[in-house]
Amino acid sequence: MSDAFAKPVPRPSEDTQPYWDGLARGELLVQRCKDCGRLRHYPRPVCDGCWSMAHEWVALSGHGTVHSWTVCHHPFHLGFKAQSPYVLLTIDLAEGVRAMGQLRGMDPAGLRLGLKVRVDFEREGEGPVLPVFRPEAG
Amino acid sequence: MADSQAHGGGLFERAAITGIGETAYGRGLQQGSALSLQMQASLAAIADAGLSPRDIDGVIPVATGAAVAEDFITNFGIPDLRFSATTPMGGASCVAAIQAAAAAVASGICRHVLLPIGRTGYSGTRIGARVHEMPQFRTIGEFELPLGNIAPAQIYAPMARRHMELYGTTSRQLAEIAVTTRQHAILNGNAAMTKPLSIDDHQTSRMIADPLRLFDCSLESDGGAAVVVSSAEAARDLRQPRVLVMGVAEGHPDSPSVITQRPDILKIGLGKAAPRAFAMAGVKPSDIHVAEIYDCFTYVVLRQLEELGFCAPGEGGSFVEGGALGLGGRLPVNTHGGLLSQAHLAGMNHIVELVRQLRGHGGAAQVEGATLGLVTGYGDMGDGSIAIMRRA
Repeated sequence: MSDAFAKPVPRPSEDTQPYWDGLARGELLVQRCKDCGRLRHYPRPVCDGCWSMAHEWVALSGHGTVHSWTVCHHPFHLGFKAQSPYVLLTIDLAEGVRAMGQLRGMDPAGLRLGLKVRVDFEREGEGPVLPVFRPEAG
Repeated sequence: MADSQAHGGGLFERAAITGIGETAYGRGLQQGSALSLQMQASLAAIADAGLSPRDIDGVIPVATGAAVAEDFITNFGIPDLRFSATTPMGGASCVAAIQAAAAAVASGICRHVLLPIGRTGYSGTRIGARVHEMPQFRTIGEFELPLGNIAPAQIYAPMARRHMELYGTTSRQLAEIAVTTRQHAILNGNAAMTKPLSIDDHQTSRMIADPLRLFDCSLESDGGAAVVVSSAEAARDLRQPRVLVMGVAEGHPDSPSVITQRPDILKIGLGKAAPRAFAMAGVKPSDIHVAEIYDCFTYVVLRQLEELGFCAPGEGGSFVEGGALGLGGRLPVNTHGGLLSQAHLAGMNHIVELVRQLRGHGGAAQVEGATLGLVTGYGDMGDGSIAIMRRA
């Protein structure tokens, strides 16, 4: 078995490590500007609203709706060959930032814009904990 | 200068494309390294202009390409290179380089800027598989690559899906773009794809990243292409009919490094660049005779047609129906076969083709009477660039 079959893993920086630590605890964390309160994602050093670099990490509810999606049939990386086809969702989170994650728990034929979903957390082998999304019950 | 003020000033008709050059295009032609391919195309473009390689005093290599400015000094014996730059915008780079080159010649820094590209995208490492090595992909490399968002087809597919869900755009409408582009590649002759393509061929091709099928995707190619951008004054003395740059611009979308976080994921940088280029040129979309539109994916052509103002947002699907983009259609597009069917030269081949059309040298694919046209670039998550040109 070659490393080519291993999924790519993130290489966090000092700016982004808390996001990954949050996922490992089952929390979806984003940055909130300490000066103007604006949420920002993905993690980065500066608030684009007021240019403050002071921020704190806040946990989101994990509730959101489907903004768009793609069903990935061709595995462009050997690490994803076994699970293809897989669905990548773009999600509008309730708090106003977006997230991406694979779909779990439903046939993609039933997807539509605005469908309500909720985050869940998955770990494969020794890999990082990653966000996935499931349809809200009911 | 009076004209320049009337048209919004800037770089209006301060530069001309004076030389064009191409190698044979294909897949696995084994005709040389990426470096030698762009040297070959560059020498052809310089000869086409009627210049000596030593006349080149500016060069804008493609940022992620196989050559740097030093290679051209060394290989061509350039005595005094006065200007070098890169415009790292992925597929928008080549047309954005026209803006940088036009600024350089208009300011008097230099007179003749070479824009070269050469790649072995088929024989060498596939470009689609190594985008994450580029620094502008750092964000999705950390946050989305581990989720399986790997290649451009997957990265752009959610834009196409949302367009379909909001506006009713269909895969058959995307097929129209692929089919027309293939017809043009066959007319051109120097193209990787030489067999006719039908709507059904497209509809039965395998799904890559829904809604994008195989024939919605561009090629991985081997080849080289180059153009020479000269000051409008210097161009008067050269060999070919002058093709003047009337308007040129680049644009960067909000959240340029990651589409997921873009407030409106349908927005692209061309939406900012196109109005500026049209204002500089003093023309409107209905004046355009031929358009060479960056076509890494069929959907990307459709969306750019909307942002260019050829139709309203959401109406791209109906706009392209019925062979509208073919010769004799309402707007002939990608008359060389584009990245979809000629070769993926990151759009340098689109610039070459626009100049060829405006010179009246389009051969079997010539748009009759074409004297005014435009070319676009698109890349790196939606950066955009545009140049509007006319034959003097």
